[in-house]
Amino acid sequence: MGFLTFKGGIHPKDGKDLSKNQAITELLPRGDLLYPLSQHIGAPANPIVKKGDHVLRGQKIAEAGGFVSAPVYSSVSGNVKGLEVHLGPTGNKVDCIVVENDGQYEETEYAPVKSLEELTKEEILNMISEAGIVGMGGAGFPTRVKLSPKEPEKIDYVIANCAECEPYITADYRRMLENTEELVSGMRVVLSLFDNAKGIFGIEDNKKECIEKLQEAVKDEPRMEVKVLQTKYPQGAERQLIYALTKRAIHSAMLPADAGCVVDNVETLIGIHYAVMEGRPLTERVVTVSGDDIQSPGNFKVLLGTNHQELVDAAGGFKTGPKKVVSGGPMMGFAMVTLNTPVTKTSSSILAFSEDEVSKRKSTQCINCGRCVEICPCRLVPSRLAKYADRHDEETFVAQYGMECVECGCCSYVCPAKLPLKQSIGSMRKIAIANKKKK
Amino acid sequence: MNENYNISSSPHIRDKATSSNIMLMVLIALLPATIFGIYNFRHENAWLLIVVTTATAVLSEYIYEKLMHKPITIGDFSAAVTGLLLALNLPPTLPLWMGALGSAFAIIIVKQLFGGLGQNFMNPALAARCFLLISFAGRMTYFVYDGVTGPTPLANLKAGEAVNTMDMLLGNTRGTIGETSVLAIMIGAMFLLLLGVIDLRIPGTYIVTFVIFIIIFGGHGFDAQYITAQLCGGGLMLGAWFMATDYVTSPITPRGQILYGICIGLLTGLFRIFGGSAEGVSYAIIISNLLVPLIEKITLPKPFGKGGEK
Repeated sequence: MGFLTFKGGIHPKDGKDLSKNQAITELLPRGDLLYPLSQHIGAPANPIVKKGDHVLRGQKIAEAGGFVSAPVYSSVSGNVKGLEVHLGPTGNKVDCIVVENDGQYEETEYAPVKSLEELTKEEILNMISEAGIVGMGGAGFPTRVKLSPKEPEKIDYVIANCAECEPYITADYRRMLENTEELVSGMRVVLSLFDNAKGIFGIEDNKKECIEKLQEAVKDEPRMEVKVLQTKYPQGAERQLIYALTKRAIHSAMLPADAGCVVDNVETLIGIHYAVMEGRPLTERVVTVSGDDIQSPGNFKVLLGTNHQELVDAAGGFKTGPKKVVSGGPMMGFAMVTLNTPVTKTSSSILAFSEDEVSKRKSTQCINCGRCVEICPCRLVPSRLAKYADRHDEETFVAQYGMECVECGCCSYVCPAKLPLKQSIGSMRKIAIANKKKK
Repeated sequence: MNENYNISSSPHIRDKATSSNIMLMVLIALLPATIFGIYNFRHENAWLLIVVTTATAVLSEYIYEKLMHKPITIGDFSAAVTGLLLALNLPPTLPLWMGALGSAFAIIIVKQLFGGLGQNFMNPALAARCFLLISFAGRMTYFVYDGVTGPTPLANLKAGEAVNTMDMLLGNTRGTIGETSVLAIMIGAMFLLLLGVIDLRIPGTYIVTFVIFIIIFGGHGFDAQYITAQLCGGGLMLGAWFMATDYVTSPITPRGQILYGICIGLLTGLFRIFGGSAEGVSYAIIISNLLVPLIEKITLPKPFGKGGEK
């Protein structure tokens, strides 16, 4: 049967069996909590607490630093220890608010909520931005901005990105199974912002249980539909997902809204539900802890700011001591220097591998086999782009569409010469973007 | 905390395929043609020429890289593939030293002087064959089968004589060591197709273009017997499945591969029908090798979102 898809892509070993049947477990942290001021794309949040302040769970501790920004909330009750520079999960040094956990989890009082019918669109959008919701699939783009296109009446589809195409990660899978109502409710909220839109849940065909569960949940929702996608990486990449579901294609200079689409991932939609329907800010998320070096892989509901070490401990710790630890999926995630970093709004998983497949193999010369061309979801010629990038030939790189790359990593994955194609292309893209800004 | 995790840019997982196991697959795929050639030309001691030519290719690469203080790359099997391909393209009676000279030329002049693996712009084995053809025209066109000297079936065909297409299919004919048995070549080609090492774009368009060309210009119209003889004769099958598909010297763009196949088909037809010699595959391929940069330039794919998504 031909499920919806795009051209190109790869089928890496998905590793999801390690954790897919582990129900979401709540994890309460013991140590201090660290809240980076920048857990999103855009201006960092501005702290509104000072050392010694007592804060409650759900209390705002930093406010949005601009329109493209997001506030930060404390996920525990306790005393503010201060503002410190600390290592973030991506290896950068970031400003963090440190809160000493008093173990009481005393919650602040939230404003009373209204039903969806009573709220205006503006009120809904404000609740979403106030709650600190950002794209929780990994990009961290403030959701309010995404939900405020110039012409909201021209949005035809609100797409729930239920693809979860990255290997190993099962957080969205568990959310779909265990929080189906909240997910559908989040979709209902977003649909109320776009009068002419249909809601589509795009799910890969390897998640049969989720497809059934969601189909059942939306059968009385005339504006919602579940669509089955082919299991393939990167089915959940925004442009590829939009194309698979709507046959509309956007390039790097366009936004999903230009194709009449708004895309949000599972965790984000659930966050929207809590923000609007329960008035609760974003203080937690589901994180998968997996990989062959994790004692008992699982899915955990984690309070934001929790140290990654506690998360690994909750999963039984390491088996032998991993060679590599990755925050996010193995295709696009970051290798972590240390576990001593906080879980943020965009941490979808932490993976520990006993072998590092990258350092194990040496790079050799490109033999022009064309595998990268066959699988490139953006239909580029990655081996050539990487060559231009390595030569610092920005002009040819841009002329041959290097800026269209979404850095999904498929080219590096398939390369038989084990060349770090995505790394070369990604570095050149950063330089080209910076040079463009200078002009 | 004492942690020493590896740091690298994503992705953190890699496919199992490596350049050397791809080359190894090609070597394995050449085995049916090689074994048949050794059997078919057992009286001419074809095995010796195969061993000498292949060993010289590997040795040339090793010595050159050693002298130039470059990393030794014979482990990637590409030199072995070049040497074996060259041997399969040589008449079984060729003096051993000529085969060795051809191998050294292929590896040192055509491959290494241009930067080694992935950098050569011409197929090393074919360039070496053409070099030998020009240098030793007599020996390179001297064909023996079962101790009897004579023309190849393709030359008979060109002269307007009758040929036995069944023999040409099976390979019991005169010719170079590896080109005579279409059956053996196709077994290897199927193996590569099934493994995804090669696809149909280049060989398919090459063969189709050539067939159309000879139907129009061959002077026999749509004559199945003639077309089969043309396809099974000479180096066409070996060239189409094992030389035209060489990654390094063929276009990387999908549309470019089709254009490239068409180019080789046209040139092969042109050389065979209108040229002085019966054969034309080697020249057709190496001339098309030279067109690759141009072909790639005009066939750059359209990216996703700009028409390339369909």
